[in-house]
Amino acid sequence: MSGEQVGLLVDGALFTLWLTLGGAAIGLVLAFLAGLARVSSSKVLRAIGFVYVEFFRGAAVLVLAFWFVYAMPMLGWQFEPVFAGMVALGLNIGAYAAEIVRGAIQSVPVNQYEAALAMNFSSWQRMRRVVLPQALVAMIPPFSNNIIELLKASAVVSVVSIPELAFNGQLIWSGNGQAAAVFGGLLVMYGALALIFTIIMRLLERRAARSVGRQPDPGWWTRLRRRSEVPA
Amino acid sequence: MEGTKEPMTEATSAAPVRAHDGNGEFIKFAEVSKRFGSNVVLDDLSFSVGAGERVTLIGPSGSGKTTILRMLMTLLRPDSGTISVNGEYLFHEERGGQLVTASESHIRRVRSKITMVFQQFNLFPNMRVLRNVTEAPVHVLGKPKDEAAERAKELLALVGLGEKLDAYPSQLSGGQQQRVAIARALAVDPDVLLLDEVTSALDPELAAEVLDVLRDIAKTTDVTMLLVTHAMKFARDVSHRVLMFNQGKIIEDRPPEEMFNEPRHERTQSFLRSVIDET
Repeated sequence: MSGEQVGLLVDGALFTLWLTLGGAAIGLVLAFLAGLARVSSSKVLRAIGFVYVEFFRGAAVLVLAFWFVYAMPMLGWQFEPVFAGMVALGLNIGAYAAEIVRGAIQSVPVNQYEAALAMNFSSWQRMRRVVLPQALVAMIPPFSNNIIELLKASAVVSVVSIPELAFNGQLIWSGNGQAAAVFGGLLVMYGALALIFTIIMRLLERRAARSVGRQPDPGWWTRLRRRSEVPA
Repeated sequence: MEGTKEPMTEATSAAPVRAHDGNGEFIKFAEVSKRFGSNVVLDDLSFSVGAGERVTLIGPSGSGKTTILRMLMTLLRPDSGTISVNGEYLFHEERGGQLVTASESHIRRVRSKITMVFQQFNLFPNMRVLRNVTEAPVHVLGKPKDEAAERAKELLALVGLGEKLDAYPSQLSGGQQQRVAIARALAVDPDVLLLDEVTSALDPELAAEVLDVLRDIAKTTDVTMLLVTHAMKFARDVSHRVLMFNQGKIIEDRPPEEMFNEPRHERTQSFLRSVIDET
């Protein structure tokens, strides 16, 4: 593979990373807004949350990307492809993650809500100071699934000419015809990116567990060190 | 026991007199009913508690004791009747000369002087011990952080946990958690403290350490207390009055000495026998 091709792959990986992070940021904000709306005492907010989740969970990312890049300009809004890709990914993943937010909030024992009420916290304080910090711990493992889904879904938005990893891979393949080498390499690169996200999320998970006084499982590093301490 | 017959005078001066006399009727239930489905938990119940009085509610499970506490904590609403604390209705407010359902802000204001200690402790697991105790004083009462921390440390020392400020609740025994919960409740300077079977989830040794702390508190404060407990000796030591509940009604209301030594009602006699056999 030429240096130029390696450069294309690196650039593509950076775009993929950028799309994933942007989509995750948009998705996270939407997930919390919609998740909180779905457990709200207001019927209107609950309905808005419900419609968002049901609509965007079922909307194909591919079609959303087309919509933002090709259809919205006809209605007078011009989207830059990378931003459109992020929004399409974020809307979709946000709908999935909203259900995680809702489920995690509802999994906090009702006695925590009661104790917070006995301390006379306002309803927002109850959520912000007592319920959400506990719910967060339960959200992180499913969130790490989501972010890897998001990473893989980012390949789909290459259709609107975003030069991300999959797009650049196809570009190289069309030039050299070496499908096995090119797509094998892509698989490895996606795998490596996924691994990075997995490690980051795992660290967050351990940190969150510690924040509620739970002793996290020993990580591989600790286990390895412990094993080496055992006399042979 | 001493302390069971002292007159209720000293603690009441701060209470402004409004809808009713705040002295003998600091807490007042008037014709309160509550049912869950077809099950009548409280049946047209009326009673009152004086300021600074410590009242123990006893009776078989399902007789409505815990429901009383949960209503006072506004965790449950009555189906009918009114509840007032210090002359203010809990679930109603006057608007245009009419008694209407209270707004959330009204409930929150009246609730500010009431707090509760729960059977399952219910400490906030995401906060260390000190923050469990300072969180409400800082964020609800608006106390400065250092002042709240100072007071919290005093209270935690009082319950024998001055050394555990930085522990998470999950690192404490049940008895320690419950003592933190007591400190947390006292930190909001309540006028009314509700204790809902606070030792039922503890083994006898841990229960004893919690009860000792509560005995001390009962001696040194004039906070009005409503207790639901099965620890009869403790109830006898700390309370001024004991109310015997059966099927949503109070069937006997007497000082502890009399209630435990010579219960009048046949139902009270059989209940007390079964409780004492158990322990």
